[in-house]
Amino acid sequence: MNTWFNFTADELEAIRLSLWVASIGTLASLPTGALAAYALARWRFPGKFLLDALVHLPLVLPPVVTGYLLLLLFGKKGPAGKFLESSLGIVFSFRWTGAALAAAVMGFPLLVRAIRLSFEATDRRLEDAARTLGANPAIVFLTVTLPLALSGILAGLVLAFAKALGEFGATITFVSNIPGETRTLPTAIYTYTQVPGADLHAARLVAVAIVISLAALVISEFLSRRIAARIAG
Amino acid sequence: MFDVAFEKKLGNFLLDVTFKSNAPVTALCGPSGAGKTSVVNAIAGLLQPDCGKIAVGGKQLFNSENAIEVPVHHRNVRVVFQESRIFPHFNVRQNLLYGRWIARRGPGTQLEEVTQLLGLEALLSRRPRTLSGGERQRVAIGRALLADPSALLLDEPLASLDQARKQEIVPYLEKLVATARIPILYVSHARDEIERFAKIVVVLEAGRVKSVEKIGR
Repeated sequence: MNTWFNFTADELEAIRLSLWVASIGTLASLPTGALAAYALARWRFPGKFLLDALVHLPLVLPPVVTGYLLLLLFGKKGPAGKFLESSLGIVFSFRWTGAALAAAVMGFPLLVRAIRLSFEATDRRLEDAARTLGANPAIVFLTVTLPLALSGILAGLVLAFAKALGEFGATITFVSNIPGETRTLPTAIYTYTQVPGADLHAARLVAVAIVISLAALVISEFLSRRIAARIAG
Repeated sequence: MFDVAFEKKLGNFLLDVTFKSNAPVTALCGPSGAGKTSVVNAIAGLLQPDCGKIAVGGKQLFNSENAIEVPVHHRNVRVVFQESRIFPHFNVRQNLLYGRWIARRGPGTQLEEVTQLLGLEALLSRRPRTLSGGERQRVAIGRALLADPSALLLDEPLASLDQARKQEIVPYLEKLVATARIPILYVSHARDEIERFAKIVVVLEAGRVKSVEKIGR
């Protein structure tokens, strides 16, 4: 039993990195995701179909293709990569930031879908009531739309986080498999399965992945119930 | 007080409404489907007419000739909706003070006055889910009153209530109508309700004004 919990430094590093990368990627994509969800749920504009398709692309493309496209765009020589490095000093290629970007992109469709549904389900008549009470569109959004959509936003965050945690193909294509920098749980597990006699390491990390994913689900369920209870009374 | 003349096409339904009223309380009545709620929405700014003009209390809110359209949140026309529409994620007190909070004004003495007028003192910390239909409607009325209205539109405030609840709320409405110093438009399909409150009755039928009647007291 004792050997089960004797995590090596490499394993702990992969776990820590995974949690960090998935959290940062998910949180950083929240503002854009919420905006895209709102636009898709509420606005009518030319090119809406294109936006919808673009948002869903990472869900249907082979992850390796998404990773390769990220490499072309955000790599050292990619246009977005060059621009971000020279203007903000952000480098993605072969860094944990690149892993976070890959995680964010792969989780994005799930995030947007969940938030969009909750915006669509929000009672527009309550928003109208707020407008007649003097609330401008921004205040209506902040005081009525957003609080009523909170459980959907939370569900989207958890889904995206879970997806980000399990992200493998795009990450390994885009930023490779560098210990301490881009070796997250899935790539670490994969690496251990390729080494003879490292089954215990792989199994331990698999167990950790299951525990983290389940914990995320339980926490989100608990929070969304609390929010629902607060809203209902 | 109300100077309304506008047209709005809603699918196959043409709303063509013209009426003027100088009474403090004007009633708008007619069978369901006559377009009463659409008139309320147009005055509140939630529905944009195709053409025409709308003025309340001498203030132009909409005029297609001069391209005037005051945004909803600047109209100061407060609405009590048929389904109350109180905010489920706020308690009663927060609902009541919503309009004042947006205008960056504190509760002042008005919160006390309004809660007293509507008998809401005991409900202030309650959550909307725990309120009865009549209580919800009283909160909705209080919320509109506390938002410093320059006019009040009551859209069938009693329609969703059973007889006992109606009896519970009528005294409050009577007090409100007697004390309010702002133009009130009271919408209902029930004739007896209207004659109790209004001096001028605008009868709407199939999207048009059929008649404007004065009620003698």
